[in-house]
Amino acid sequence: MSAPIAGTAACADCLRRSWLLAALAPNLDLVWKRRRPLRDVLSLDDLALVEALGGKERAGLLARHAAFDVAAALRACARAAVEPVCVHDHRFPGRLRTGPGGPRLLHVAGGLGRLGRLAGGGARDGDAVPAVAIVGTRRASPEGLEMASALGRGLARAGVTVVSGMALGIDSAAHVGALDGGAATVAVLAGAAEIAYPRSKSVLHKRIVAEACAVSELPPGFEPFRWCFPARNRIIAGLAQLTVVVEGAERSGSLITADFASALGREVAAVPGRATSPRTRGSNGLIRDGAAVILGVDDVLDAVLGFDRVPDPGQAGRRAGTIGPELAELLDAVAGGCDTVAALARTPAEADAALLGLAELEGHGLLRRSGGGRYVLMGG
Amino acid sequence: MTQGAPSVGVVIAHVNTFTLTGLEPRRVTVEVDLRAGLPAFTIVGLGDQAVREARERVRAAIHNSGFAFPDKRVTVNLAPAYLRKSGPGFDLAIACGVLAASGQIPLEHLDRLAIFGELALGGAIRPGRGVLAVAEGVRDAGLEGLVVAAERAGEAALVDTITVHGASSLAQAAALLRGLPVDGAPGAAAGPAHEALTRAAPSTAIVDLADVRGHASVLGSLTIAAAGGHNLLFTGPPGTGKTMLARRLPSILPPLTRPEALEVTRIQSVVGLRGATSLLVERPFRAPHHHISASGLVGGGAVPVPGEATLAHHGVLFLDELSEFSRDALEALRQPLEDGRVAIVRGQRTAIYPTRIMLVAATNPCPCGYLGSDRCRCSEPELARHRRRLSGPLLDRIDLQVHVARPSAEELRGPAHCSSATERERVMLARERQLARLEGSRATCNAHMDAAQVRRLVRLAPDAERELWRDYDKGALSARGHQRVLRVARTVADLAGSETVGRVHVLHALALRRDGVAEAESA
Repeated sequence: MSAPIAGTAACADCLRRSWLLAALAPNLDLVWKRRRPLRDVLSLDDLALVEALGGKERAGLLARHAAFDVAAALRACARAAVEPVCVHDHRFPGRLRTGPGGPRLLHVAGGLGRLGRLAGGGARDGDAVPAVAIVGTRRASPEGLEMASALGRGLARAGVTVVSGMALGIDSAAHVGALDGGAATVAVLAGAAEIAYPRSKSVLHKRIVAEACAVSELPPGFEPFRWCFPARNRIIAGLAQLTVVVEGAERSGSLITADFASALGREVAAVPGRATSPRTRGSNGLIRDGAAVILGVDDVLDAVLGFDRVPDPGQAGRRAGTIGPELAELLDAVAGGCDTVAALARTPAEADAALLGLAELEGHGLLRRSGGGRYVLMGG
Repeated sequence: MTQGAPSVGVVIAHVNTFTLTGLEPRRVTVEVDLRAGLPAFTIVGLGDQAVREARERVRAAIHNSGFAFPDKRVTVNLAPAYLRKSGPGFDLAIACGVLAASGQIPLEHLDRLAIFGELALGGAIRPGRGVLAVAEGVRDAGLEGLVVAAERAGEAALVDTITVHGASSLAQAAALLRGLPVDGAPGAAAGPAHEALTRAAPSTAIVDLADVRGHASVLGSLTIAAAGGHNLLFTGPPGTGKTMLARRLPSILPPLTRPEALEVTRIQSVVGLRGATSLLVERPFRAPHHHISASGLVGGGAVPVPGEATLAHHGVLFLDELSEFSRDALEALRQPLEDGRVAIVRGQRTAIYPTRIMLVAATNPCPCGYLGSDRCRCSEPELARHRRRLSGPLLDRIDLQVHVARPSAEELRGPAHCSSATERERVMLARERQLARLEGSRATCNAHMDAAQVRRLVRLAPDAERELWRDYDKGALSARGHQRVLRVARTVADLAGSETVGRVHVLHALALRRDGVAEAESA
């Protein structure tokens, strides 16, 4: 068993392992496409991995493996402003020590200290920082996005770390919510930790690195292959004690995360969606199969922190005081799915009244306008 | 033959006529010089191809009208020489000048009249474009009368301080200039045109709001837009009625005022859209196809011609499928929307076209049209591209953004909610309040108030003020958006008959401010 190199949190073996995964990445993609369980492949040791996947380049790879330059790898990390931490260091998140096939090293953008605060501990029961994964579809509905950011906000406010993958849609909404709620969030990336992927989320990535942290198994500069996404999902599931799927179709990445979570013996929960919607068929399926039902941030907090926590006074109490019964009725109607003026009114006079009511609720910060003339509830 | 004396045989005739730069009439003097020498016919004075070809038309028309074309050296000069002249409108003036110079008609009336028209080879006078503008030029130049094609006499007579002589052929025009009576009444009566304006309702409106079923949530915004002259954007899935609703907007707009009607008629006459014999009463409604170029939309070309925005002056410019228009075309629309006019500079001439329009646009909320429902199949980048195309400066100038939902079957079977007549009545009342308030300024409706007028004329109730600043402080409202809300709130209050803008009026304006189409995703 190797010890971390002085002045760092990673050992040479684990750095070399990370390099090897990057070098074998194209070949791993083929394995992934042939639907061989990723976990089995990733649990092979270095030499077996080269033997299994190296193909014609085996000899060259073995030579480079033997001549691996640790100093160069550390310099690359320093240049990219990421810090490596491996399983042999005490700062490695305890919940991620999941045995063979689990990640052996993380590159951390945003600081090791911050990672420790957000996802540290967990070597023994009870001392872990509470963390919840929020995952879901990239093509989310406005309600789904609002739900994800509300959960993110509420959890971060309660001191629970939100783990997600910074993908489009639900993932990003959860990160944004968590950043707004106090920056308790960890983004697990499929490519290198210092590179925003997808590129359109570069603003969000910058914010996460500045206020929270982004991690990746793979070395600086690495651009993701397809197998990297399910591999990333196993880290998301590993970091969290509970995985919440907000919206997910059948055969979606979020279901892969949920599978990893249950394989690790972690809890899985889902936000129910419309029964007939293809967009939520996967998450609804999880509920049918016994996943916990999440209707709001309180449900998540109950599951993570237990029922004896001090309840947040919350907005519910404040709301009731500020709006009258008519507005409350209107709010209920919107929550019940009558979320456009057209759906709320039959005559022009009713439409004017509804419009005024909705504007008022928007002014109170209880509603937000969304695409397609719809109004969505502001959660959290 | 008289011998030697150089002055013998030299006659110069001067004839007044007009050419158009953009929509503006410019006075042009046709000088005709006859000189002994080899027979020749030259036209000078920066004319275009149509002016050069006038030689052949004039020569043939003179012969075919029973006159003699002088067997001399004929030089025609179009003065001032620096002004570029285009079009066939000089034919009649040149022919009359030649006849006068050769002594076949008297010179005496020519300095009090202007002559404008195109000739056919047989001597007939063809109806030309822009006669109303020419007639206005005649009035402004202090001339007494105008000789034009008989078909256009009615249009010219809309300018009631000049005498209009209609002539259908060169022979008739010549007879007229000799002081002889001409068959047919010179100058059509201007009466009917004035009557037309006093009629309250547009008689030719074929579409009516009474045909609309459902859409209860949209009708109110249509009335607000019409009452305040606000720009309006409809978003919604395909086939829900965005275009149908927009096309009914003219049916509730107030009629043109007399000065407005003169401007609109002049524009339509210049571009040759119609030979008006009476003033137009109804506001124009233009709906160009989305393949239109930037210059087609705002005007342009080597010889500047007005674009759709000018043809829609004092009326509605309707852009269906807004996101399909080219970026260039939409960008070009910014200045006309802001200034109410567009200047097109080409070499030495600058044409200024008025563009006081109400912009009405319709668009799908996303490329497939079903944003927000499970049917939407658009990917994130597609949505972003769609939003980018719509967002920005143009959308910033649209006061009302309204979502048009698909009406239910029950609604389609139900009764209509209102008729154009009743809504128009409300619009007219609201406009009257605005006109009284804006007395003495260039603006005629709330949408055209400038910042100073908004400050001075939009009086907010205290709780309305608080409502507005709360949104502003939250950062949900830009400074420009703030102004827009105030203008719309003013219109809502006008429709309600209230001089003070109350809290409900502000809330209403806020609610109509923005649909989700341009809104960035929360993440």
